[in-house]
Amino acid sequence: MSASVIARPRAAVPLRRTPAWIITDSVTIAWRNMLAVVRNPQLLVIDTITPVMFVLLFAFVFGGAINTPGVDYVTFLMPGIFVQTVVFGGTNTAVGMAEDLQKGVIDRFRSLPMAPSAVLIGRTFADLLRNVYVVLVMTVVGLLIGFRPTGTPAGFVLALALVSLFGYAISWLSANIGLRAKTAAAAQGAIFIPIFPLTFASSAFVPVETMPGWLRPIAEANPVTVVVNASRGLFLGTADAGTVLAAFAWIVGIVAVFAPLAVRTYRRRS
Amino acid sequence: MSSPAVLADGLVKSYGSVRALAGVDLEVAQGSLLGVLGPNGAGKTTAVRILSTLLRPDGGRAMVAGHDVVAEPDAVRATIGLTGQYAAVDENLTGRENLELVGRLLHMGRAASRARADELLADFNLTDAGRRPARTYSGGMRRRLDLAASLVARPAVLFLDEPTTGLDPASRIALWEVVEQLRNDGTTILLTTQYLDEADRLADRIAVIDGGRVIAEGTSTELKDRLGEDVVDIRVADPSRTAEITGLLADLAAAAPRAEESSGRISLPVHHGAGLLAEVVRRIDGAGAEVAELSLHRPSLDDVFLALTGRTAEAVPAATTVPTRRRFGRRQATPEAAA
Repeated sequence: MSASVIARPRAAVPLRRTPAWIITDSVTIAWRNMLAVVRNPQLLVIDTITPVMFVLLFAFVFGGAINTPGVDYVTFLMPGIFVQTVVFGGTNTAVGMAEDLQKGVIDRFRSLPMAPSAVLIGRTFADLLRNVYVVLVMTVVGLLIGFRPTGTPAGFVLALALVSLFGYAISWLSANIGLRAKTAAAAQGAIFIPIFPLTFASSAFVPVETMPGWLRPIAEANPVTVVVNASRGLFLGTADAGTVLAAFAWIVGIVAVFAPLAVRTYRRRS
Repeated sequence: MSSPAVLADGLVKSYGSVRALAGVDLEVAQGSLLGVLGPNGAGKTTAVRILSTLLRPDGGRAMVAGHDVVAEPDAVRATIGLTGQYAAVDENLTGRENLELVGRLLHMGRAASRARADELLADFNLTDAGRRPARTYSGGMRRRLDLAASLVARPAVLFLDEPTTGLDPASRIALWEVVEQLRNDGTTILLTTQYLDEADRLADRIAVIDGGRVIAEGTSTELKDRLGEDVVDIRVADPSRTAEITGLLADLAAAAPRAEESSGRISLPVHHGAGLLAEVVRRIDGAGAEVAELSLHRPSLDDVFLALTGRTAEAVPAATTVPTRRRFGRRQATPEAAA
């Protein structure tokens, strides 16, 4: 150990917080979280295999049994698989936050004069990028096994953007659970308690009309159903503006509620 | 005299019904090192978390470098470095990236962050490992990287929460040397520890904390005078001669010796014990008696607590899980040496 640790003049650390820190710090945190994915090729492989597996399993296992009038099952299924996968991808946020808390990394961030919201904005943004990658992989696999969207190219792109952004909204819900969990394993378990009913009591895999009467209104009000129906409509060119707007409204609403709540939980010093 | 770099005044903190801090007062003079000594659960970590703005106290007041930790957390954060109890390194990032991350979050700019990272890697003998992910590091390397991360901004005040817990003896001494150098360079340091020898070696002043209160404060020497001196432990081969041998050694003792007839054990509190060992052996030899065991030990944390509270520091896992650590460097005489 040489003598330079302290002897040189202090590094220039700006003292006053500026609003721009939210952006620069978020970019730094996102960079750090993206590096974690790049450094763990296993994560990328799992991210790639899991959605492919889901597409193939649902298409070939349920494909024959589930009757979807007017459209073949793979084309009916793909929007559902997209949404289910980005929602599951959004749960990574809970696990990541809980891990950082457990390992003391969050303590280090909290002891730095940085924008507190950046830890969450950067994390959810990195998880969004990861979800976009997964969506692109699934698109390719879907097209290979018979996914035949009949809508416009613009509708197709809008549908992919819609499902990715819905995953982003779920990341914010997920962040709240990660910040309250004692361990990463607990976060992983807890986040699936809301996520499973949300995903399966929806129009993702089966038409809502096939569900029992008491479940139908719940499934129809489920934001997953709204987002699946909107993206299905955009893929097939049958979307009405109301459904698409409702889907985006859900995304905005979820972020508007859960983002401030997560930042508040992160900042709370107790 | 300048105002203290760290000042805690009546800090109170409870977790539910558990009172972690029951009114803690601490003061660290600029450029000095305060050792906060206490067993697990004494409140050391809670105090550090309040002083480093991670926790809000329920009561009391704390100032770091002239800034109130509750009212001006950002000003405090710009001044301090924190190394927590568990190495807070990002395992997926390389050592260099870990340091660069902190520099960028301190808004030093990318180039300056990288330059500072390289400088610290060199200072902490991590240059070669700097390009490897931190998950490949040994425990000692992680601690060094963690400490380096808390030094990126060259903080004026450094908090070290049990920095050597769980380290092997060599890594522990290496870390001590770094801490000593930081203090010599003028950094104000608050260090918590469960180990008396660590506080003894590093600290200018020591605060002994127990049950959320500071129960003693002073320099190492001042505390030792209160806690008792070195202790020579003797076991005579023939227990029936215990009383006789105790009598022979009585004038060497600083306080009343304790003798146990059944086992032949004698505990002799002394000043400068190491210098007296030869004399002890000579006298016992001269009486034609035989020494079965002879050892010298410094007051341990248990002794400190026994003296200050009348009970042992029962919740010290180090005493049970790392017994070798507690003996490290303390056994200065063995039966072989006496033979």
